[in-house]
Amino acid sequence: MELDSLYQEVILDHYKRPLNKSLAPNPNVQVHHVNTSCGDEVTLNLHLDGDQISKVTWDGVGCSISQASTSVMSDLLIGKSANEALTLVDEFQAMLQSKGMDSGDEERLQDGVAFAGVSKFPARVKCALLGWMAFKDALQQASKK
Amino acid sequence: MTRPLDVARIKADFPIFGRLIRGEHRLVYLDSAATSQKPNSVLEAERDFYTKHNAAAHRGAHQLAEEATELFEGSRQRVARFLNAESDREIVFTKSATEGINLVAYSLGNAKPGSRFHLKQGDRIVVSEMEHHANLIPWQELAARTGAELKWFKVTDEGRLDLDGLESLINEKTKIVALTHQSNVLGTINDFAGEHKDVLARIKEVGALFLIDACQSVPHFKVDVQALGADFLTFSGHKALGPTGIGVLWGRSELLDEMPPFLTGGSMIETVTMESATYLPAPKRFEAGVPNMAQAVGLAAAIDYLDAISMEAIHQHEMNLTKLAIDGVSSIKGLTVIGPKDSINRGGVISFAIEGIHPHDLGQALDQYGIAVRTGHHCAWPLMRRFKVVATTRASFYLYNDAQDVADLVEGVERARKYFLER
Repeated sequence: MELDSLYQEVILDHYKRPLNKSLAPNPNVQVHHVNTSCGDEVTLNLHLDGDQISKVTWDGVGCSISQASTSVMSDLLIGKSANEALTLVDEFQAMLQSKGMDSGDEERLQDGVAFAGVSKFPARVKCALLGWMAFKDALQQASKK
Repeated sequence: MTRPLDVARIKADFPIFGRLIRGEHRLVYLDSAATSQKPNSVLEAERDFYTKHNAAAHRGAHQLAEEATELFEGSRQRVARFLNAESDREIVFTKSATEGINLVAYSLGNAKPGSRFHLKQGDRIVVSEMEHHANLIPWQELAARTGAELKWFKVTDEGRLDLDGLESLINEKTKIVALTHQSNVLGTINDFAGEHKDVLARIKEVGALFLIDACQSVPHFKVDVQALGADFLTFSGHKALGPTGIGVLWGRSELLDEMPPFLTGGSMIETVTMESATYLPAPKRFEAGVPNMAQAVGLAAAIDYLDAISMEAIHQHEMNLTKLAIDGVSSIKGLTVIGPKDSINRGGVISFAIEGIHPHDLGQALDQYGIAVRTGHHCAWPLMRRFKVVATTRASFYLYNDAQDVADLVEGVERARKYFLER
């Protein structure tokens, strides 16, 4: 059934046991993003070690899609270079905006492909992108510093 | 006692109930507090206007312009009768209730020193914590522009207006009080002629203006502006079976005729030179530009439809459904109803939260079963904070809902609960 294509087991797992959901102190950049239509919120701390993403920690409230997606993003991007991370964000975003046409590259997006089903629910795309857009914003702010 | 509604017959008047949702489900539409569905008579009235009478009202000497003017002004008279206004001169057509509230706020803001409508530092504007953003932000902005202070009624744990400190809240400095007639989140009805008559008495005592946001009341029960004792009242057509793009601001003529305009331009002027202009009396003073004529005509048809059924019968029907729904969802594990649980001064809107399930997820699951509810902060963010929730799920009822819709909601919520929490 359609609902199962949206709420994959892996999403509910991340929702119940989110990764990196505890803000680490002294970040290079902190951002706060809100989904204005539903009130979901994410605060994200980005730590960089030169060009490497050394830590992505976060806190937030919201639906399972927004919270699980942020958890998956943090796990995937830690340890990547800034460029690699941005490319992965773009791939994830392209998958989400594909209206079900792009199922994502599991080798690259790992648990992120669980969100491919979200692309068939236009109202939820913003939920899935909340944490990822917060990360992108944080990285862009860091590069200006 | 009013006669029970023949909901099957009513549903048949609304073509949207003929379609299927997510492929296989009948539509269980429980989001009328956001916008209502439209009966054939409203759709036909709009179509009839465009196919037979379309022209710019109040302009031109031709037959079509004459007919368009007559239909548009006829709609104004119909709205006046519906609200029991003293005269149709008290009915201003706007594009929405939001515009109606902004009209009053901007008009007061435009009043010059010396005018009875002028606001300045030290003056006070009073709202409540249960206001929709549309009846909060225009007042925040007016306060910021004039230096007046914004104060508000708090809300009790039961979801009622907290009247403690009424005398000091509404004081001699208070220039305008703007309150909702029925909360779009809690379902609470603020009965200014009964339970809350002290509020009205206090407003009159200090000589403040009183605006009622009637978006959730006028479509659902009989509202008589003369009996209410307010100065302004606003509602939107699309929540009352009418089209989008048409709203109503009712105001007492003696006030409207004196208030400075909000939007300016054609149709609202008396004389114009290159340097300045003088303005027509209300309602024209507040209706710059070619109005939303077909939508006004559609609204009149919607009112005809409502009155043919009777507002008393509609209200009774919704109260019955609300009681059924509160009893039904209250049996669900982990579910809390946010708002009054009794039926006194309570309309057909219920908000609830389930521990462990975000409303957005719950709404998504219900949608898969064909049930349309609203999830989120309902444009009442301060009220969400007041009840310490991020968002709620809201079901709202109208004349085309029946006990089966309520049963489907209760069953759907329970099914969703199991899906998320017990798999």
